[in-house]
Amino acid sequence: MKDKILQYTTRLGDDSLVLGHRLSEWCRNAPFLEEDLALINVSLDYIGRARMFYTYAAELAADGRTEDDFAYLRDQREFSNLLIHELPKGDFAYTMLRQLFVDVFYNLFLPRLAESGDETLAAIAAKAIKETRYHLRRSHEWTLRFGLGTDESRQRAQRAIDQLWGYTHEMFDLDALEADLVEAGIGVDSSALKAEWEQQVSAILNEAELKLPQEEWAVRGGREGYHTENLGQLLNEMQSVHRAYPGLEW
Amino acid sequence: MSRSDTLELYEVFLRSRRGLDHKHVGSLHAEDPEQALEYARDVYTRRGEGVSIWVVRSNDICASQEDDSESFFDPSNDKPYRLATYYELPDEVNNM
Repeated sequence: MKDKILQYTTRLGDDSLVLGHRLSEWCRNAPFLEEDLALINVSLDYIGRARMFYTYAAELAADGRTEDDFAYLRDQREFSNLLIHELPKGDFAYTMLRQLFVDVFYNLFLPRLAESGDETLAAIAAKAIKETRYHLRRSHEWTLRFGLGTDESRQRAQRAIDQLWGYTHEMFDLDALEADLVEAGIGVDSSALKAEWEQQVSAILNEAELKLPQEEWAVRGGREGYHTENLGQLLNEMQSVHRAYPGLEW
Repeated sequence: MSRSDTLELYEVFLRSRRGLDHKHVGSLHAEDPEQALEYARDVYTRRGEGVSIWVVRSNDICASQEDDSESFFDPSNDKPYRLATYYELPDEVNNM
């Protein structure tokens, strides 16, 4: 069971780290200064969350590894994040619509993880809930701004939705590992969140006069380590300093 | 479109602790008051500086002008009797 919790915790850490790093790419590239700071705050929330998950994972592994080993010394096949987190940052609409999809998800997921039978996971979730409520407030408002703004903002938002949609289904998959942990009262049954997620997302898209995609396509594989080419590039950049100067401190 | 076409300037006021007044801490650009409030949170309270935020559209502030300072502020300079220190207290009054 301990090994399963370790795997589960690593997954959650990977989700947070990869998305946090993606968001950090907006640093000094956001549309204007205030938004730059706001986005980087969100990025730091995710990286902070990743640290908590990895620290706990290292504790469970008890083999001398630290949070840094989890973040910087694993290759892409060993990363088990959901694909939606690793997709490129795209334009600003793409980044914010991705946030909308994951923010609605985490607003459903984290309150349940906060009731986990594993005290550490529950504590991490309880801390992250407050952050994620604020994230959703931002992505919700930006979605309205895009949808009800100019022709261009509406088109870009709609394009982002259409391109991201097929990556949302993976968030609600439940594999054998997670099913076991749900059974044990430790993991969250994310498949049970799908109906509510769809309802909340479609309400927001309706409000913004944007359309839910009709196409039925889905990309999966992140949990088994099968990634898009984007993750390799991200890890290359993120891990380069640590790999070039192992153990360097400053 | 440049930023100045779409974004307005807002002044930010923070209450650092309960019981204290809101103090002016700076300004920022935003599209509407709601967004200004969120940016104020993100820009000015990152290190736990506040428990309450006000934002006000800079254009909505009516401010005294440099040109007015003679007529506004100089007249009070020669009216020392408006200050408590102008008055000599009788010895019987201690510890004022």
